[in-house]
Amino acid sequence: MQITGKARSASETFIEGFLTCCGALSIFVTLGILWTLGSETISFFETVSPTAFFFDATWSPFVGEFLNAPDPQYGIRPLILGTFLISGIALLVAVPIGLGAAIYLSEYAQPKTRHVLKPALEILAGIPTIVFGFFALIILTPLIQTILPNLANYNALSAGIVMGFMIVPMVCSLSEDALFSVPQTLREAGYGLGASKVSTICRVVIPTASSGIAVSILLAFGRAIGETMIVWIAAAPFAPERVTVSWNPLDSMESMTAFIARTSSGDISPERYTTLCVVAATLFFLTFMINWLSQRLIVRIGRTR
Amino acid sequence: MKSVSLRKTWVDTAFRNLCLCAVLLPLFVLCSLVVLTGLEGRSLLQLDFVMNYPHEIPAGILPAMVGSLWLVILTAILSVPLGFGAAIYLEEYADNSWRSRLIAANIANLAAVPSVIYGLLGLSIFIRILGLGHTHQGASLIAGACTLSLLIMPIIVVSSREALRTVPIELREAGSGLGATQWQIIQQVVLPLALPGMLTGSILALSRAIGEAAPLLVLGAVTFINFLPDGLDAPYSALPIQIFDWLRRPNDAFIEQAAAAIIVLLGTMLTINGVAVWIRYRLRSNVR
Repeated sequence: MQITGKARSASETFIEGFLTCCGALSIFVTLGILWTLGSETISFFETVSPTAFFFDATWSPFVGEFLNAPDPQYGIRPLILGTFLISGIALLVAVPIGLGAAIYLSEYAQPKTRHVLKPALEILAGIPTIVFGFFALIILTPLIQTILPNLANYNALSAGIVMGFMIVPMVCSLSEDALFSVPQTLREAGYGLGASKVSTICRVVIPTASSGIAVSILLAFGRAIGETMIVWIAAAPFAPERVTVSWNPLDSMESMTAFIARTSSGDISPERYTTLCVVAATLFFLTFMINWLSQRLIVRIGRTR
Repeated sequence: MKSVSLRKTWVDTAFRNLCLCAVLLPLFVLCSLVVLTGLEGRSLLQLDFVMNYPHEIPAGILPAMVGSLWLVILTAILSVPLGFGAAIYLEEYADNSWRSRLIAANIANLAAVPSVIYGLLGLSIFIRILGLGHTHQGASLIAGACTLSLLIMPIIVVSSREALRTVPIELREAGSGLGATQWQIIQQVVLPLALPGMLTGSILALSRAIGEAAPLLVLGAVTFINFLPDGLDAPYSALPIQIFDWLRRPNDAFIEQAAAAIIVLLGTMLTINGVAVWIRYRLRSNVR
């Protein structure tokens, strides 16, 4: 094959240009998100004061659409609290189980067992979230109702528990990497001092891997607050007229994601569109902060190695 | 390496068993999820179920199956070339300039953005600005596929970069020593070795796209449909959307249908993942 130098360099330039465009597309996606959410957020705050948005304790943005209705209230706090409460339940399930599984896989399991169990756990992360929603609503809620009879049919508790199992693989996989990369010499130093295996794990291995474990929990938390379908199906299927601050996990609970998805899938007036973009901007900001924090931790771990 | 035998108390044994339980409990939940859903929907799992429309008796998931198939094909066409391109750029061309570092950090961030936000992005860009929606009913196949492509592109980029990184630098240097240009090295040395890993990662990302309901619902996908999509701008349904629609109806018959549809969805995803493993195996043995 004969290629002249000039033609070759022209096609090389073309290919490099194309590949650069592919990379640059991701920048445009981010800019698109910022522009979509940002422009609507600015027009939202032209009518609603930021103090009401951040400090009011009631979220009832659409009551004003009916006649003789009270004024709408735009306090985002109940939505943030609902999101964090469900994600908190999820972490209460996922952190002990994920960390315990990571300790078993890294410290106790034979390499062969490890190669079987780790991918098996990963399957959980690949199950579509709508399936988890089904599981929470149809199977888990009736099961818990036999123990807690005053559990509502739609509740934050089973949504949170099922979400916890969804994020177990995330906690487990990243924590296991962190535990596994603790040098063997540290463990042997512990044994040499006469420590038992369990105290070596708890006092030497886990503290050494703590940054990596923290990253795994942060990323799992980020995934939990962005989860939509489980909450929508099992915790908040209907649009409540007003959402107030509630700490009761036995009752139905609205989250930011469920609000966005439910509102958007109905008929959306421009006012509704603006409101849901503001909630989405809040959600985007929170996930961005969590991600930024975990990136910082990862960089720090890289430096200490 | 055999470690020296340690002093073992009941605490050690208890701790070890507790950790073992932490591995087995999620696996038990996974199994019970599949088994209980299967029991719930087993009576419907016949050929009628995949060949009928939802309004027929017995109800079926034909439009949802066809919609999901269209979506995944279109999403693959859009997202895989772009994802591969971005990964090759970042691994093979990008230097350590602020521009490439910005792109890399940005892609890592995008992978963590909640899927509802991608839905809103698609609603604003593809439907409101570019007018890709259907005239009467908000979402069209192409708008859905574009949105899912943006959603899974970061995942494809991250896994493809990992596959590209496994190709030893010496092979690239050997190619460059023979006078090959950058693209010739990539095309003839790097890609044949990295492609199995890149394809496997992409197929796993696409199987995630099949299970996504939230972004499509945000776009305004129709939940009840009795015809097949007939073009890129046609309204559509998809398996997760059909399941969602049935779950919202307060009737045990619909729950049963949802359970059967979930089994079909999980079966489809399992098949796709099996294909991914097979492709990796085949291509690897070809290279050797």
